[in-house]
Amino acid sequence: MNAAILIDIGSTFTKVVCVDLDKEEIVSRAEVPTTVKTNIAIGVHTGIKEAEKALPSTANVKYRLACSSAAGGLRMVVIGLVPRLTVEAAKRAALTAGAKVIGTFSYKLTNRDVSEITQKNPDIILLAGGTDGGDEENILHNARALACTKLKCPIVIAGNRAVSDEVAKILMKNGKKEVKITENVMPELGKINVNFVQSTIREIFIRRIIRAKGLKDVENFVDRVVMPTPMACLKAAFLLAMGTKKQPGIGELVAIDVGGATTDVYSIADGMPRESGIVYKGLPEPYAKRTVEGDLGLRSSAFSLIESVGEEEVIRKSELTNTNIDLRRAIMRLNMKKVPQTEEELSIDMGMARICVEKAMERHAGKLEACFSPFGEVYIQYGKDLTEVKHIVGTAGGIIHNKNPKRVLEEAVFNKKNPLILKPKKPIFYLDYNYIFYAVGLLSEIEPEKALRIMLNNLRRL
Amino acid sequence: MKKRKTADKSSYVGNTVVIGVIGADMHVVANKLMEITLKEEGFNVVNVGVMASQEDFIEAAIETKAEAILISSIYGHGEIDCKGFREKCKEAGIGDILIYIGGNLVVGKQDWKTVEKKFKAMGFDRVYPPGDTLKQAIEDLKRDLSRRNHERGHTD
Repeated sequence: MNAAILIDIGSTFTKVVCVDLDKEEIVSRAEVPTTVKTNIAIGVHTGIKEAEKALPSTANVKYRLACSSAAGGLRMVVIGLVPRLTVEAAKRAALTAGAKVIGTFSYKLTNRDVSEITQKNPDIILLAGGTDGGDEENILHNARALACTKLKCPIVIAGNRAVSDEVAKILMKNGKKEVKITENVMPELGKINVNFVQSTIREIFIRRIIRAKGLKDVENFVDRVVMPTPMACLKAAFLLAMGTKKQPGIGELVAIDVGGATTDVYSIADGMPRESGIVYKGLPEPYAKRTVEGDLGLRSSAFSLIESVGEEEVIRKSELTNTNIDLRRAIMRLNMKKVPQTEEELSIDMGMARICVEKAMERHAGKLEACFSPFGEVYIQYGKDLTEVKHIVGTAGGIIHNKNPKRVLEEAVFNKKNPLILKPKKPIFYLDYNYIFYAVGLLSEIEPEKALRIMLNNLRRL
Repeated sequence: MKKRKTADKSSYVGNTVVIGVIGADMHVVANKLMEITLKEEGFNVVNVGVMASQEDFIEAAIETKAEAILISSIYGHGEIDCKGFREKCKEAGIGDILIYIGGNLVVGKQDWKTVEKKFKAMGFDRVYPPGDTLKQAIEDLKRDLSRRNHERGHTD
């Protein structure tokens, strides 16, 4: 029997999935606390041992691969020229690479900006600005500003190619050791180029960030830590939608991951206007798009969720009979326990998850804006039109362990009360009930056919 | 060592121009024709499309380091749509960029000289009446850019 061990090292839990590659079945799963305070490798080793118990002694473990969002994930600062143009393009590139964007900066960096960046101490800086052949001054200025700092993190140059070498020279001459030039994230107006940036970031992640995050010892137990976890999930979503050369996928889809700290939404869809008479404005969005909402989560972000929508709304969505509940105290208990135990706690998790999905989809989906012209009412579309997307997949603990996953995912559907937000109108709902999304993403790079079949066999239609 | 001959920097070829249709206007055919024609003449064209706001033009010009902005205004509301445009360019650091405007700039039949004067006072370098004026605009653009490039005195 050939097997694969696929690991997600999360901030709170380390998940391990053991796959029989011959039968294309899940053999076992394990979930252990991430031992971030001691040595992350300890938790990983424990999880692997737990998962491997189910393997026969003759099993040949062909692959041991890991992804990670531990130690705060991949924290990036993005710097560009115009906020709606290269800054936005760079931010999208960072998100598709699985990063957590902790700061965005536009135009010429001021001393204050530079102090702020230094204080944030990012894992990687993405430096953009100017289309190819366009503005040069801004990125050069910003390179000089960064060169004067004590920052040691890698800097990825993804701006005007005409001055990339000069930008790199400025940085390296002033002691910045890790400087990588990649393709312009916006080579011309209206074109966004995320793939090269994505692979450069990934390469840095593997080579450097893993060590910096204390993940190096993990490589004693795995072949390699290959990518940030959100990148693995994006790959899984892409594989499921697009299929492989030999097998079709299910078509355009949305995948939603509700966790303790964040809600991630992935859409694999074209999203361009479906009717003539609608004008698309703004930057085109990546076909494979990821957004992450750091204020929408069920545990560490629960209080920020309450702040943004109010306690009444959480109670309403939780469908609690006891409307006088001390919600904050209940959430504090949930934060300590991690796993809900009472019916009331299960309901609160359902309510919060519904809000996470509703708000995250509103922010992810495109929007229409009505405009009155001399020729009548016209519509401008910003972002992706997801109304015709037929599949929504729920993953991660916030949905999988929820008492009513379908109810939660229904919040992602088009709402007639808010018709200008272009959410899916008539989707089918699926649950990644074995929590293998990240595992499929990891496997997709080496065994795409098997990865796709395993995913399809482990989706439950709701 | 023999000094290399300096390239003719006063040529307009390769200069970047931003074009688009301003305001709540969806006339796209003329906009596309303008893009094709300008490209054929050797310009690097950045097209912000129809229903473009002032910010769309300006931001595109900043990011691409454009030499000129050519605004089409077709449905008669040019004055209101372009109000403050030159000032915004100044705020954005591109105050001396060439700005042309053309099309049905006002509603109804008005004395062209008066209209032209009004738009020049708003900061437009050249103003074109409705009709087939693209050829003229391109010739003017070539001359204006060549002159500017020459004045800047680019050398290797």
